[in-house]
Parts: sequence; C-alpha cells; structure tokens
Amino acid sequence: MKKVMTGHKAVAEAMRQIEPDVVAVYPITPQSEIAEYYAQYVADGIVRTELVPVESEHSAMSACVGAAAAGARVITATASQGLALMVEILYIAASMRLPIVMALANRALSGPINIHCDHSDAYLARDSGAVQIFAESAQEAYDYMLMAQRIAEHKNVRLPVIVNLDGFTLTHSSQVVETLSDEVVKGFVGDYEPFYPLLDVDNPTVWGPFAMPDYYFELKRAQQAGMEAVPEVFLGVQGEYSKLSGRNYKGFFEAYKLDDAERVIVVMGSTAGTAKVVVNELREKGERVGLLKVWLWRPFPRKEIADALAGKKAVAIMDRAISFGNMGALYLDITSAFAGREGPVFVNYIYGLGGRDVPAEHIVQVFEGLKDAEPGELRYIGLRE
Amino acid sequence: MRRRKGCTLAVELRSWKELPIGGVVPGGATPELNKTGSWRSQRPIWDSEKCIHCLMCWLHCPDDSIFIKDQKVTGIDYEHCKGCGVCAAVCPVDAIEMVPERGGAR
Repeated sequence: MKKVMTGHKAVAEAMRQIEPDVVAVYPITPQSEIAEYYAQYVADGIVRTELVPVESEHSAMSACVGAAAAGARVITATASQGLALMVEILYIAASMRLPIVMALANRALSGPINIHCDHSDAYLARDSGAVQIFAESAQEAYDYMLMAQRIAEHKNVRLPVIVNLDGFTLTHSSQVVETLSDEVVKGFVGDYEPFYPLLDVDNPTVWGPFAMPDYYFELKRAQQAGMEAVPEVFLGVQGEYSKLSGRNYKGFFEAYKLDDAERVIVVMGSTAGTAKVVVNELREKGERVGLLKVWLWRPFPRKEIADALAGKKAVAIMDRAISFGNMGALYLDITSAFAGREGPVFVNYIYGLGGRDVPAEHIVQVFEGLKDAEPGELRYIGLRE
Repeated sequence: MRRRKGCTLAVELRSWKELPIGGVVPGGATPELNKTGSWRSQRPIWDSEKCIHCLMCWLHCPDDSIFIKDQKVTGIDYEHCKGCGVCAAVCPVDAIEMVPERGGAR
C-alpha cells in the first residue's frame, strides 16, 4: 500500500510489522521520532514489544546485548553522539554474534556540535563488526529494515546490522512509501531462532568470556567468518524480497546508467537521488555519465565494485565524512580494490559535512571536474575557500 | 592441536574453525574449572568455634567460595578463593581472620 510518510515513520512502520521482542532505545535528534512512534505503538498495545527506556545509548546497546543473548529479537535506533556512546558495546555485540538491527539516522559527530546530516557517525562504526547498509530514500530504509532482520539472523551471519538513513533529508521529509501487508512481513521475517539462549536454563552457557592471547585471535578470525557470509546471504534476501515487493533489489550497489558511462560518481545515501537527476540531465546533453550507489558498505563488495568501475575514464568517490589525515574511507575502499589492477582516474570528493546542502549544481561541478582530474586528488565540494 | 603445559587447566588449543559461535562456552560453569585460588595473597582462616552461621560470608563472597551444608558453614574453598577479604570484613563475630599466604596457594 502506498502512503506518504517520513523516513522516521517508514522505519517505525517496518519495526511495528517485525514486532521485535525488545526495543531498547534512547531518543536523539534526528532519530527521536523513531523511538517516539514505537513507544506510542507499545503504549497503545499495537505491539507486544518490551520497550526499555534506558538512560543513555550505552545502556541502550547494553540492554540490546543482554536481551539478544537471552534469546530475544531486538531492534534499536540512534544517531551521531548516541552511536558514539554505543560503539563500545557495539563491538561486543558483534563479537558475541548478536543479530541486533539498528536504524542509524546519520548525523554529524561533534564538535562543533551539529544536528544535521553527514556520515561521520557511520564511519565511526566502520570497523565495529556491524554490517552497514545505506538507504537512498524512505522506501529503501523501510525495505532494508525488513531485509536487515533476515541478514542479521541468518545462521551463518549472526551480526548486528545498521541501516543508515540520512538525518533530516530522509528522516524528516515526507515521501511516498509502499509498504507490505503485516501478514507478508511476518511471513518474510519468520520466527527468530536464537542460539544458546540464556533463558534456556536447562542448557547453561557462558556468554562473553574473557579471552587471553591464546584464544582472542582465533575468536576474531571466527567473527570475520560471519562477515564473509554476508554477501551471499545479502543477495539471497534481496532476491526473495524483490519477489515479494515487486521492487528491484539486485546486487551490493545500484548501477545507474553505468554500463556505457565514462565519468562516474560513487556515493552513498540520499545524495544518490540528486545525482540521478543530474545524470539524466547530462545524458540529455549527450554526456556519458553514470552513478554507482553503494548499498552494502560493510562488508565491502571489493571485487564487484572494482569490476563495475573497471574501464571507466574517471571516477569521483564522494565521502560525506573526513577521515582525518587520509583520503575518505570510501575512496580507500575502492582504490584498494584496484591493487595490482589497471583502474580509472580516481578523485576523492569530501561533501555535505554537517548538513551542508548538496544541490544539483554541486553534482554537475563534480562531473565537470572529472574532465581534468589528477589521479588521487582530494577535493572539497560545497566548501567556501 | 597441542596441549598447553604448566597450567592449572589442561586446555586443548583449538582452531578458529572449531570454536562455538560468538565465543559462547556451552555447558557453562567455567568459574568452577578456573582454579583462581592461586591468585591469593591473603588467606581467610575460619574459626568454627566463633562462627554463628549467620551466612553473611556466604552471601557476600564474590567467588562462591564458602562451603555450606544444611545452612551451616563447613569451610572455605581454597581452590577458588582469591583472598579478597570480604568475608572477614562482613563477619559480625570476627570468626574469619586474613593471614598472609606463604609460598602461594596450598
């Protein structure tokens, strides 16, 4: 059914349909309405979820870990500083292989304090062991919240999954979102089968034990195996979901007019929508431009993205966060995928920090800039020089 | 696989492929296997004459190292007691005295 709703509502709607056992959440701009909508569903008796209104995000993620280890299906949501506070426990959740799903309303990290969108919060959790997916629209946020549940809980994965949606741009703006029926969603996500649930008192287990130098390394390698299992599971879940929804989710990224493109932009999140408009306009003028929009950022689909970009003339990799002292993280991901292989001219663009608007003109400038790009340049778009 | 020597626990060092998911230890009860008594520098000595069996020591012991039977204290589990001294501190009749260990745990 098609409805007009904000990104918040789209995420809350997906959560209502999944109806997890536990939601432990602490409100923070621009995520608060997700928590508020869900608290309302609980108060109204629409869902049977145990809502844990904690005193901080550190506690939110800790409660999620406890509940997930007990055997519950768990969802949370946060943004920016909230994620920063969660990160300590997020690493632990990943190491304990707990399938906690999280909506992250992307917001710049302090300081200076700011409430608007960039991806510095997602980048902070880059190496946490959580799977990270980026949504372009409220529709994709809804869809990936449902798919995230299946990916996280797959027996070979069992990892936290973060669904990123741009703060304000997606969370607070109203868009048309087509939702599935409650019945279809319930059938798609299925029943959760926890492993070694702590509430199974007849089969006691120790969770989160201390690991000395003789075991820590092996446990981290075993954790990597969960990440290695993601790509196959991701594609399988996409395929199943596409059939159910009639929408076309196929692959780790969306290739938009990419096949015959010479100049390409790679971007994550809502900016891809603006870039599509620009690609269409420039195509009408006969320019061979295209877009690669990353859906799955962690684990990073190195080979598939390198294959898709091989043979292009010039590629602008756009990072909505600074990795201080180096090029942007997405730039490094992609260029390292070309190690030992002939590749296009790559340029790194830092853009949109702290909610700086990314109008179509900026995307035009990026495509224009690719005509005379030096390999390995670090540029800033939308910045006053 | 090889066996680690010189340790209170004879542990098989396993490949990462053989580990239960998430580092979970099925079966639990790992503290029982880990003989933490060797960590102790102060040893609690329990005086059965003075003891009134109020079980305050048993209640407070962080390592479950006070032996009881039929709600009466019967002794101290020196294989696991780390010598923290909480039992001596909470005892209302000074029936537990902390004395220095000599030559490690016995």
